[in-house]
Amino acid sequence: MILIHCPYCDEKRPELEFTYAGEAHIARPADPSTLSDEEWERYLFIRANPKGRHNERWRHSFGCGRFFNAVRDTVTDKFETTYKAGEPRK
Amino acid sequence: MSGFRMDQGGRVDRGARVNFTFDGKPYQGFAGDTLASALLAAGVTLFGRSFKYHRPRGIMGAGVEEPNALISVDRGGGRFTPNLRATQIEIYEGLNAKSQNRWPSLKRDFGAINDRLGRFFPAGFYNKTFMWPRSFWEKLYEPAIRRMAGLGDAPSEVDPDHYDAGYAHCELLIVGAGPAGIDAALEASGSNARVILIDEQDELGGGALADPSLWPWLERSVKALQAAPNITILTRTTAFGYFHDNFIGAVERITDHLAEPGHGPREKLWKIRAAEVILAQGAIERPLVFEGNDVPGVMLASAARVFALRHGVAVGKNVAVMAAHDSGWKDALALAKAGVGIAAIIDVRDAVDAGLVAEAEAKDIPIYLNYSVIGVNGRHHVKSAQICSNDEYLGGRIACDALLMAGGWTPSIHLWSHSKGSIAWSEDWGAFLPDKPNENVRCVGACGGTFSFGKGVNLGQLPTPKDPATIKAFLDFQNDVTAKDIALAVREGYHSVEHIKRYTTNGMATDQGKTSNLNALQLASGFLDRPIEKIGLTTFRPPYTPQSFGAFAGHAKDALFIATRKSPIDSWAGEQGAVYEPVAQWRRARYFPRSGEDMHAAVNRECLAVRNGVGIFDASTLGKIEVVGPDAAEFLNRMYTNPWKQLEPGRCRYGLLLREDGFITDDGVSARLAPDRFHLTTTTGGAARVLNMMEDYLQTEWPDLNVWLTSITEQWAVIALQGPKARDVIAPFVEGIDLSPEAFPHMAVREGMICGVPTRLFRVSFTGELGYEINVPAAYGRAVWEVLWDAGEAHGITPYGTETMHVLRAEKGFIIVGQDTDGTLTPYDAGLAWAVGKKKADFVGKRSLARPDIVAEGRKQLVGLLTDDPNEVLEEGAQIVADPNQPVPMTMLGHVTSSYWSATLGRSIAIAMVAGGQGRMGETLHIPMPGRTIAAKVTAMVFYDAEGVRVNG
Amino acid sequence: MTRFSAFSLFANALSSHKKWPQHWPDAAPKASYDAIIVGAGGHGLGAAYYLASRYGITNVAVIEKGWLGGGNTGRNTTIIRSNYLYDESAHLYDHAVKLWDGLSQDINFNVMYSKRGVMMLAHNVHDVQSFKRHIHANRLNGVDNEWLTPEEAKAYCPPLSIDPGARYPVLGAALQRRGGTARHDSVAWGYARAAARLGVDIIQNCAVTGIRRGADGAIEGVETERGFIASKKVGVSAAGNTSVVMQMAGLDFPLESYPLQALVSEPVKPVFPCVVMSNTVHAYMSQSDKGELVIGAGTDQYVSYSQRGALHILEHNIAAICEIFPIFRRMRMLRTWGGIVDVTPDRSPILGKTPVKGLYVNCGWGTGGFKATPGAGDLLAYTMAKDEPHRINAPFNLDRFRNGRLIDEAAAAAVAH
Repeated sequence: MILIHCPYCDEKRPELEFTYAGEAHIARPADPSTLSDEEWERYLFIRANPKGRHNERWRHSFGCGRFFNAVRDTVTDKFETTYKAGEPRK
Repeated sequence: MSGFRMDQGGRVDRGARVNFTFDGKPYQGFAGDTLASALLAAGVTLFGRSFKYHRPRGIMGAGVEEPNALISVDRGGGRFTPNLRATQIEIYEGLNAKSQNRWPSLKRDFGAINDRLGRFFPAGFYNKTFMWPRSFWEKLYEPAIRRMAGLGDAPSEVDPDHYDAGYAHCELLIVGAGPAGIDAALEASGSNARVILIDEQDELGGGALADPSLWPWLERSVKALQAAPNITILTRTTAFGYFHDNFIGAVERITDHLAEPGHGPREKLWKIRAAEVILAQGAIERPLVFEGNDVPGVMLASAARVFALRHGVAVGKNVAVMAAHDSGWKDALALAKAGVGIAAIIDVRDAVDAGLVAEAEAKDIPIYLNYSVIGVNGRHHVKSAQICSNDEYLGGRIACDALLMAGGWTPSIHLWSHSKGSIAWSEDWGAFLPDKPNENVRCVGACGGTFSFGKGVNLGQLPTPKDPATIKAFLDFQNDVTAKDIALAVREGYHSVEHIKRYTTNGMATDQGKTSNLNALQLASGFLDRPIEKIGLTTFRPPYTPQSFGAFAGHAKDALFIATRKSPIDSWAGEQGAVYEPVAQWRRARYFPRSGEDMHAAVNRECLAVRNGVGIFDASTLGKIEVVGPDAAEFLNRMYTNPWKQLEPGRCRYGLLLREDGFITDDGVSARLAPDRFHLTTTTGGAARVLNMMEDYLQTEWPDLNVWLTSITEQWAVIALQGPKARDVIAPFVEGIDLSPEAFPHMAVREGMICGVPTRLFRVSFTGELGYEINVPAAYGRAVWEVLWDAGEAHGITPYGTETMHVLRAEKGFIIVGQDTDGTLTPYDAGLAWAVGKKKADFVGKRSLARPDIVAEGRKQLVGLLTDDPNEVLEEGAQIVADPNQPVPMTMLGHVTSSYWSATLGRSIAIAMVAGGQGRMGETLHIPMPGRTIAAKVTAMVFYDAEGVRVNG
Repeated sequence: MTRFSAFSLFANALSSHKKWPQHWPDAAPKASYDAIIVGAGGHGLGAAYYLASRYGITNVAVIEKGWLGGGNTGRNTTIIRSNYLYDESAHLYDHAVKLWDGLSQDINFNVMYSKRGVMMLAHNVHDVQSFKRHIHANRLNGVDNEWLTPEEAKAYCPPLSIDPGARYPVLGAALQRRGGTARHDSVAWGYARAAARLGVDIIQNCAVTGIRRGADGAIEGVETERGFIASKKVGVSAAGNTSVVMQMAGLDFPLESYPLQALVSEPVKPVFPCVVMSNTVHAYMSQSDKGELVIGAGTDQYVSYSQRGALHILEHNIAAICEIFPIFRRMRMLRTWGGIVDVTPDRSPILGKTPVKGLYVNCGWGTGGFKATPGAGDLLAYTMAKDEPHRINAPFNLDRFRNGRLIDEAAAAAVAH
């Protein structure tokens, strides 16, 4: 059970308080109707799934309830950093 | 000496005799004995049979490393545990221990025929045979293999014990309380740090327990540790796994050693988060590989030392020692000093530390340097050892009743490896040592390679004049893997260490290779002519030693397995004799049978009561979310397919929620209480998912919207009162709300009081009748319900459950998300095009509805289905075809999603998903059932009151 | 190469097993091949075997970064069944089940396919509806699957608790009698040996480091730790590592890789005759021929390549097993392990061509790839040999994520209301 730093609570808490929420920085297009099927597919389904550094989202579901972003190494599972939603990609 | 019990010495309590049985025969030991030491003291050498060849086996080790002596313990009353190690079972008065994997008895085991036929069962033999004739595999070969395999019997009764679990946090966790672990704990004892010291044995000391010279130090140290307020000591506790971020799992055994297990928990799972971990797990001695090394009485030198010096038991009266390491000499000398006769020390090396040789000579112990044991005489116990010089293959026979092996030491790096620390080969140890850590952890003492047992030589197999391919020299004693199996695996191309392990099963027994991995690796290195560090070690996986399922399950069993959510009215339903059903995490009343009624009869009665009078239904489990803020309507407009901005306060709307991929995920009727306040409802199972989805969009996509979401599911109890007489029932109790149809029409909401408590009164209907969903604060839910119930009696009020609710809504063609939809239906497929805001530029899922396959013809669509025979109730899930006479595989058009007997209509009704269904109105389709086919006509989905006048009553 | 037979085993026993040849030679890579498979798991080795045995392409290399069979093939709980709901899935998995039957004889290597039956437990009304739907659809697709009452389920699997007062009572079960298990390692070894006999080169410890495409975009070969290997046809069957390999060819995929754990108990005498699965309680179990209870656990929630799972996943999983089979509480967990499963948005595999000419893919099997091994191998081989998908795997294309024609078995079993 990994430990996760919630950037809102500023505390490191056990994984059981959190819900993983997929890859980060995939913003919903402002006007989806202008997207081609291929662009929409990319938004919906295509994921980086990297072996290594991964920008991903978590929610402190059983804490403050906030969604936030993180950089984690998917090989070691170690977090590099976590940061608030809306902050630029790290 | 009485039997093999020495006259003095050891830490057993000679004043406390303990009676126990082994295979039904009574024995006596002392408090402090293990089953192994007590039986050895009584002269028992035969403890078990091996897995494959059913060879007679004795004790090899003295602790967790024991591969042979696996025992079933039966405490009665369902407390049966197989596969325990005799070396770890603490005896107690009345212990009932049994040997395993033998029939009819341990001494005479029919399975031993496998040993004679062993040449036909080399590694991987099962891959090469049992293929002809083909049908024999299932009927004959596999059942026979299964019967021969396995070790003990599985328990056959439900375990009456319970298991505890808890979290612990500390600055320092020390695993292993041998000298190194104790020193580390003493060092930390003066600090403010919380320290937890764990050891798997019944007392602290580890290796020191078999070294009387250390006992005064041990006693002082243990006292100091016990007195230190910052140190928690856990004995009989095994740290079995090292997980992410210094999270260690450990199991404490609380009652297994007690004569009366009592009522407390049997074991406790400790989940420990430590800032720093010190691993002091020691090292395990390696056996030597030679023909006959598995005869009962051949054992590790370190084990013999433990039995003699800790338990006061001599493993023999005339003991030979086969050494490849100095520690064998030290053990031999310690045994000699304790009074055990040493027949000889044989060492494979031609030069050994002169001091050791001199000491042995001083005790008149015969010494054979540059010699190896090449065979052992005896079947159920050692009678003599055949030795041979390594150069000239000249030798002889040494009479002995036990033969000790000293093959060097393997540091216990199991937990280190779980933590993903790297390892490095040490030629000095002939083993891998911890290298670079991956967590905040270090290894001390023998497991860190910082303690010396002396020098040794690393061998795969002892030299022998015989053809190695013809002898059985064991590596993995339990799984019967021999040196020649490794040779065969390599010969056949299994060159990866994982391939060798899996092909031979070396290291896959219940000891997980604690004594066999390194010897196999040494051998493989030789066969492959590749250095060990280039071959690598198989991965260590939790658990370090086997751990009870019960400990992992802990309190999560029966009612506590997954908590059951109950509404405030649940208990009332129970008192009325309701039959419950689980729905997601909730339990709900399914129907309320009167005496003698089955579900069918009860549901018919309940349905008619609602249609003709009034029914009362507990809808509290529906998910409820309050959406508040200036942008609340804008937010809902973006989430749902429907338009929300124009909805007047005081009005309700059916909302349809899609996933971004365009498929229906939830629905529910929601109300606008005020310009900036909505009361949403969701499906019972979808509440948490919907709230999470909404929070996700709100926080991450539209943080500019000023909206707050709150789960109010458990805030409000919901009483659905449905039927033509519903208004009559509630009217006397409502204050501040004009109930007249003009002032309070269908799909409206009002706030006021009912029975003296605040209510959000919805005039909504999932039945098609005049109806209300009365939201009251949950704490008043049952009280209001009972008032309405009492008042309703005059109107013939009838409680109904989920089954009746399903029938009534199906009569009206209302779908249930998750039953009539399955995550593949769009609003158009579900006949809910009317719920999609045509003028909305965007909502969640809208773009997906324009994808090529979603706009294609022939998609499955929800329709009504009426069987030609009105008495025929279709089976939910039944498949629908156009041509029932086509061959299998048939082209299926869809399936029946909902199907009921409608007492109101006096016939069956069904809802179905049918390809192109909305274009098939009036068409007859077929439902092929086993042995017959049912014909049914495609219809609209509304079966009752198609004009919808009744809700306006 | 020696053919396995009762005679050869007997004869070799008399010569102390010193004459058995290597099952697959340690091949050095040639400069070029007619086809290359990336990934020597059961699927990839199967594809190589079928390319050679069925489709006449024998100049084939299988390239593996580690040891063959060391990925999910050697880390799964070996369940085989084909009672899937949708036509596309039922045809796909049943193609595999038909190949499982007789596979040992076909490849002359006993993979210990054991048709002991797979029983799926229904715990609530929704489960019953869903299983009945499966059973009816399977029947009309010619796939065996039958409904059992709780008593019949208990008779089929005596350790099962059918206590009606249980938190999740058993309301019935769906049984596929042709379902069962096989010995996972043997499948990889057997295919490797059979493929090698037909001339396929199996190259282990040779990671692919790049995929070379020509000016026209078509595949020219793969860069490896042991140099460039040319081929106009490359099939990627790399499970959890598919995204990484595909990115070498410039393709982003709709995949995420998750850790999946499994565990075994200590071995005991035969007590558990079949495979039991419970999706509602999240547990599945069988007993290996060695006697171990083989238990599948869940995935961790986050993407990871660490092959390392969390303790709480095991706790919940074992609690679930003990809930359904309370007599096993005193059994002991012997070993746990983790695999990396590649999961698609609709939980169905991707098996077919890619936008790159000459590059084929077989991935996205999630937690259920073992059962499909022979079928996936055969269909990947077919697709590579013909440069077009077989009708069975045609629906499992990449286009479905664009056009919306998903094959969502998981959604079909979802619980709401």
